[in-house]
Amino acid sequence: MELRQKHLLGIEDLSAGEISLILETAASMKEVSSRDIKKVPTLRGKTVINLFFEPSTRTRTSFEIAGKRLSADVINISSSSSSVVKGETLEDTGKNLQAMNPDLIIIRHPNPGAPHLLARTLEASIINAGDGAHEHPTQALLDAYTMQEKMGQIEGLSVAIIGDITHSRVARSNILLLRKMGATVRVCGPRTMVPLFIEQMGVSYVPDLREAVKDVNVIMMLRIQLERQQQRLFPSIREYARYFGLTRSVLDAARNDVLIMHPGPINRGVEISPDVLDTPSTIILDQVANGVAVRMALMYLLIGR
Amino acid sequence: MDLLIRNGRVIDPASGIDGRYDLLVLNGKIQAVQPVIKPPAAIDCRIIDAAGCIVTPGLIDMHTHLREPGHEYKETIQSGSRAAAAGGFTSIACMANTEPVNDTAAVTRFICERARTQACVNVFPIGAMTVGLKGETLTEMGDMKAAGIVAVSDDGRTVADTEVMRRCMEYARTFDLPVICHCEDHNLSRYGVMHEGITAMRLGLRGIPPIAEEIIVARDILLAAWTGYPVHIAHVSTAGSVRLISDAKQRGIPVTAETAPHYFTLTEEAVIGFNTDAKVNPPLRTAEDRAAIREGLCDGTIDVIASDHAPHSSLEKDVEFDNAAYGMIGLETSLALTLALVHEGVLTMNQAIEKLTINPARILRLPKGTLVPGTEADITIIDPNQRWTIDRDHFFSKSKNSPLHGMPVTGKVLYTIVAGTVVYPFPA
Repeated sequence: MELRQKHLLGIEDLSAGEISLILETAASMKEVSSRDIKKVPTLRGKTVINLFFEPSTRTRTSFEIAGKRLSADVINISSSSSSVVKGETLEDTGKNLQAMNPDLIIIRHPNPGAPHLLARTLEASIINAGDGAHEHPTQALLDAYTMQEKMGQIEGLSVAIIGDITHSRVARSNILLLRKMGATVRVCGPRTMVPLFIEQMGVSYVPDLREAVKDVNVIMMLRIQLERQQQRLFPSIREYARYFGLTRSVLDAARNDVLIMHPGPINRGVEISPDVLDTPSTIILDQVANGVAVRMALMYLLIGR
Repeated sequence: MDLLIRNGRVIDPASGIDGRYDLLVLNGKIQAVQPVIKPPAAIDCRIIDAAGCIVTPGLIDMHTHLREPGHEYKETIQSGSRAAAAGGFTSIACMANTEPVNDTAAVTRFICERARTQACVNVFPIGAMTVGLKGETLTEMGDMKAAGIVAVSDDGRTVADTEVMRRCMEYARTFDLPVICHCEDHNLSRYGVMHEGITAMRLGLRGIPPIAEEIIVARDILLAAWTGYPVHIAHVSTAGSVRLISDAKQRGIPVTAETAPHYFTLTEEAVIGFNTDAKVNPPLRTAEDRAAIREGLCDGTIDVIASDHAPHSSLEKDVEFDNAAYGMIGLETSLALTLALVHEGVLTMNQAIEKLTINPARILRLPKGTLVPGTEADITIIDPNQRWTIDRDHFFSKSKNSPLHGMPVTGKVLYTIVAGTVVYPFPA
């Protein structure tokens, strides 16, 4: 089996079978990262461009390491050092990069649909590394891989996603993936940051955090962007942390074996209190480690054969 | 040249005519509409056989953007008028959001002068209600009317200050200028780029709720009721607006309304794939809204179909959805989409023609939109059954921003006649 498309623009476009294929491939890639010599020749001679229009440590590094472990030539471009600051349009930037004949362009961009714009105009494969509030498919895939690794399977799991759902591409991609794979999802957060029609995505809305975490297998905390306060979406960090922050006492309402995830970067003491961060339930660093394996798998599946 | 149009089905809703008639044009005016007219002795009388066709008053589009002055790379008065002629329109009214804004008599005179020398159809400028469309200071409406404006509107913006809006209406009343309202609560729509609904949620795009339109529709209806002066609601896009306007009409409040063909043809789903050609303001709404618009057209709540022709170039459209300009072109597709409603049985042919002719003429107080003898011979001849496919590469507009590219449609303009002269098909 292989992927039907030459791009990964969103979980929306993937079937359950394709998701399983990516996760299975990631399992064999993970082994490479545990070796002494962490490199295989799979993508030798391939060129991968990391085109990042937003700040990123984790995702950009993860893609870079993934490409290098597969022996691809990886080039990093960030918006502050690119022609964007000189007023070049995204389409023109893309066409210029295309002229250098890359095999894969990984793009992160603040506007939804930016990867789709490149996919329409360029020859190279495109991976969406996050487009505005739309999708972040590799994050959802690495989250799924991590859940599967810890719990055996995704089907039948119950997951609570907590925080700013409206502006979160992580939430969207995870909801789509978890629903496709047969998990149930509930979301929780201030109503100002939960879309009016969220139930149409096949999830339930639970306003109370303690209710939301009750009986779930996984709690996925989202980053709260502090500038949302200026948009009057919540009154203060203090109140947000009080009602939607994951603390020891909230955790008392959850199952003992619950797993706690977060896509990072964390606002320590806002979404998650420091003492919760240090419990074994928290598997945030496993997510990061698995990110490399999942991205290796995608590169291999998209341009490696 | 004089003109005899024979054997067509003449539809003139204003005079109640619908049947097989011949129509004679002498000296640029309608001379007679009779069952059979013999060709006059004059040698240069051109005869058009309109058998199987519909002969209507020249279509009137009361809501276009011609982009001149200021954005001539998108459209000019000349190119826009050619697009109009190809779409069957003999008269178009153009909104004031040019650069500079049409907020003084000097700009109005420039537009009228360009239209006189460059345009192949009648062009009627609409003046701004407030200086620079800023919603603050009244424009010199009296001077602009003397220079040629037929209505006032801050289209593209709502006059947010209700007191200023009231004074605009009262001042416009002094000069008997129709007031056209773009209804949008800019506080509610501020972050949005498409309809707030399921599609926006899935695409991660920020939404514009329907109430952003409806709150201002309600406000402007209340202002019309209080001042007693009519308002015309531009580009109605939501079921809620239709309901508000219908209720107002039933209570005798002087309000009229228009919608654009895209609102009765497309839905928010046209945006899927981040199609910037489907980005428009107000945004494409839901299937329920579309159904309500169709019903409002049928029951008379919505008086007029207007294109809201809004040309943009690839500079504004081949970019990220968030950064793309709002608007789509419509002059060359409006008639076909309207006829689709007739073919589907939503409107009668008479209703459709009425909304494209006499109704906009009455709202703008133009002595047009009818084939009554003595009026200027603006005529459109339509083959209602000709099939064609909308093709952006064949538009006469300078711009191509239409989400309808590739859509098969039925019904095509054969002749557009302005003051007795055939302006379309264009002379070779």
